[in-house]
Amino acid sequence: MKKILIVDDEPNIVMSLEYALQKNGFEVFVARDGQEALDILKKKVPDLVLLDIMMPNVDGYETLQRIKENEKLAAVKVLFLSAKNKPADIEKGLQLGAAGYVTKPFSLKKMITEINELLS
Amino acid sequence: MNNYLLVIIILVYFGVLFLIALWSDKNVNSKWVNNPYVYSLSLGVYCSAWTYYGSVGIAATSGISFLTTYLGPVIAAPLWVYVLRKILRIVKYQKISSIADFIALRYGNHRFIGALVTVICLLGIIPYISLQLKAISETFQIITNETNVKRIFLFEDTTFYIAVLIALFATFFGTQTTDTTDKRRGIVFIVAIESLVKLLIFIIIGVYVTFFIYDGTTDLFQQANTSFDVYKLSTISSLTEGVNMFYMIAISFIAIFLLPRQFQMSVVSNDREYHLKTAIWLFPLYLLLFNLFVIYIAWAGNLNFDSSAVNPDYYTLLLPLKYDSFWLALLVFIGGLSAVISMVVVSTVALSNMVSNSLIIPYGFLDTFNKNNPEENTKYIKNIRRFSIFTLIILAYIFYFNFSIEITLFSIGYISFVIIAQLAPSFFIGMFWTKGNSFGAILGISSGFLVVVYTLIVPFICDAIFNNYHFTENGPFGIALLKPYNLFGLNFLTPTTNAFFWSMTVNVVMYLVGSMYVKGTYRERNYAELFVSNSNDFALFSETAYVWKGEAYIADIRNVLEKFLGIEKTNRAINLFFAKNKIPKNTVKADAKFINFSEKLLTGIIGSTSSKILISNVIKEQPVSLTEILKILEESKETLSNNKFLKEKSDQLIRLTQELKSVNEELVLKDQQKDDFLDTVAHELKTPITAIKSSAEVLMFDDEMPADLKQKFLNNIVDDTNRLTKLINNILDLEKLANGREQLDISNNNIQETVLKAIHFVEQSAADKQIVIKNNVKSLFFRYDDDRILQVFSNLLTNAIKFVERQTGLIELNLKEDTNFVYISVEDNGKGIPEEDFEYIFDKFYQSKNQTTKKPVGSGFGLSICKHIVESHKGIIWVEQKSKGVRFFVKLPK
Repeated sequence: MKKILIVDDEPNIVMSLEYALQKNGFEVFVARDGQEALDILKKKVPDLVLLDIMMPNVDGYETLQRIKENEKLAAVKVLFLSAKNKPADIEKGLQLGAAGYVTKPFSLKKMITEINELLS
Repeated sequence: MNNYLLVIIILVYFGVLFLIALWSDKNVNSKWVNNPYVYSLSLGVYCSAWTYYGSVGIAATSGISFLTTYLGPVIAAPLWVYVLRKILRIVKYQKISSIADFIALRYGNHRFIGALVTVICLLGIIPYISLQLKAISETFQIITNETNVKRIFLFEDTTFYIAVLIALFATFFGTQTTDTTDKRRGIVFIVAIESLVKLLIFIIIGVYVTFFIYDGTTDLFQQANTSFDVYKLSTISSLTEGVNMFYMIAISFIAIFLLPRQFQMSVVSNDREYHLKTAIWLFPLYLLLFNLFVIYIAWAGNLNFDSSAVNPDYYTLLLPLKYDSFWLALLVFIGGLSAVISMVVVSTVALSNMVSNSLIIPYGFLDTFNKNNPEENTKYIKNIRRFSIFTLIILAYIFYFNFSIEITLFSIGYISFVIIAQLAPSFFIGMFWTKGNSFGAILGISSGFLVVVYTLIVPFICDAIFNNYHFTENGPFGIALLKPYNLFGLNFLTPTTNAFFWSMTVNVVMYLVGSMYVKGTYRERNYAELFVSNSNDFALFSETAYVWKGEAYIADIRNVLEKFLGIEKTNRAINLFFAKNKIPKNTVKADAKFINFSEKLLTGIIGSTSSKILISNVIKEQPVSLTEILKILEESKETLSNNKFLKEKSDQLIRLTQELKSVNEELVLKDQQKDDFLDTVAHELKTPITAIKSSAEVLMFDDEMPADLKQKFLNNIVDDTNRLTKLINNILDLEKLANGREQLDISNNNIQETVLKAIHFVEQSAADKQIVIKNNVKSLFFRYDDDRILQVFSNLLTNAIKFVERQTGLIELNLKEDTNFVYISVEDNGKGIPEEDFEYIFDKFYQSKNQTTKKPVGSGFGLSICKHIVESHKGIIWVEQKSKGVRFFVKLPK
């Protein structure tokens, strides 16, 4: 069973994502911000991280950088999930090493298809 | 002695003089001719026949007062360094050729003053010349031992022929060139030679009398002491005599500067300024040597002759004749002749220049000049001078022939001096006081001269010529106070000093009063500045000081110049001027500098007054009034202030540019902020939309979802929709407030009630976090918009709840007031706000990093809205840091 870590500070969005992913056979963890995500990543290594960018304390970009610095997490794929939709923001996210960039508001159906492709 | 032999000797002497003069004129640059000793000796022209014979006469009858004539020049000598140097510089720069020119130029090239000075000089000098002729005549008679005192018929008088010879001599050497500033080396050299001759002869006769007739000075003194009162003749016997001597010294002091022949020799003929340095000691020494034997000759004369039977003036001739030294007497005669020739020649040359340049040319012959060609003009000017010289000498002769028989040399000499002294105030004060003007000068000279006429000339004529003593003894109409010799009861002065005292007093007072009462013209003030200014900057100053206005063509001026200088000389002078001033050769219009230059060029030939008139004939000069000069100054000042204005403008432009630049930068920043704002708004709107969309999708695709979960998703959708609505409202609110479109609904409200309502809104969330809200706000009514202020406090309270810890959190509200304002504070004990964020917290979308709520609640608009609401009430909102937590202040006007 593939493991997915959802990192977002919007509880309602997290709730929908968590439910939909579990329904599609993923094991799901949730973190409310970057710092919390990094704490969880110390104990568990998921296959994919769904990462928001605009979060308090440690934002998405920084979280990705820290993930990339950690050799144990080399295999972890990161998919950005953000309302920021300017080309510059997307470019920055991909350059930091994200596997994909999904802009909000997103289609749950399309996203699950994309996650399956990434993890197959 | 046979008088024909004497005539031959005189002719030979003239011949020798003529040859010497001719030689020196040809060798002007020889070191024998042009040196400081020649210059210093030429000043000896001061010692005329009056000195040569007269001093002995005075010494024999009145004692040492003869010395006064020499003490003046001796006192003047040290002053020459300063005054004469200044005069020399002015004269050389302005090409001045006479004392009349000098004074006229000082008062703005005043035609009338030039003429007045000339007339004064003529009146003073013609009798003086006749005095010289008298001396010739009388000594001639003594030598030839003729008893017949005077010929009845003119052409039988030897003196007449001598006068004609002198006139020819003066004419020949005095009018060789038309340029009066020409140094006339021939005459200068002859005068120097003659000065030497008369001095040597006088010393020889002195030595002869003292050491050959008598056995030295001691012997002479002892013999004299036994026969008459020597002391009376060798000391100042009283205060009265002292005062008189003082005035006599003053008179001769003035004479050494102003006598036309002295001015001619010391100033006009001066070739090098440094010659003065020698003259300063040599001339006083010369005078001292001249006076060395006077007193001894006088004593010897008194011992040998009865001073009432013979004329003591001629002791120098009578003594050698008595002791059978005929050739020595002849030598003395030649010495006297030398003194006469130099005096008459120099005086007439000087006076003829003045008559032609300051009297005849400016007053009537100018039109004739313009029509003629240069050769004829030159001839014409020369003829005027020649005619003047002859006329002067003839006039002097007539004066001598008719009047001067009974008059002693001494008294006529002093009358001359007193008349000439009338020029002194205008001359000396004018050189050091810029305010002295032509009105004052004319007034001073005229009134001073009238006083001389009344106190000296009229009585003199009455006494000496008509033998009528009534006027001098009783005064006019018997009024004693107006007695000419004792004016206003002043009774201790001699007639001469009395006249000098009163005329000078009146002259000086009138000069000062006239100068102060009437303002001089622009031209006068120009020249006054020139004359008074520091002589060292003279040339520089005069180049720039000349204010001139009008229109003039170089061609016209060139025409005038050519008439006097000839084409070749004019071209040379103008080309030189153009080259020196870097003016293009094809320049058509003349400027002030060129006009000034041309005037000076002509001044040498026809005098400053005439040249001024000639030049002004061809230029259209508009008189420049004082107000115009002020205007010119004003204009230059205006240019300055215009420049200043432009500078200010340019500074202003620079400032404006900078302002524009910063405004532009601000606009760019605002644009950036607007973009950021829109970004943020979009992001904030997308978040609830995303949540709503994903919840809806979950519900859409999952039919088997348990009912309670389904309910939860549906609730989420409602919550996010509310959040979206609130967000949109806030954005609209903020825009309205920021643009001032929101109308406040102001009424009298109780702030306590408003605060309580705000607390009521947040009570639930406070209770959730178990936070205590302590409200100390008392009841206070003032005017504000209740809804808006409620919004402020609910925002502040919401924020505070976000920042405090669960359970320990404490929020406190307080109210303070002063006469004009109400201060309500909302404080918490939360995490606080980083100090560096203080200036941003009221910006839109500011969200602190220190919120304790997991998910920051709110739009980020809260404080920004608060700020706008408070400010639209004309209040202030700010925040302060506490040791733990923050304190917000809302200050509202009552």
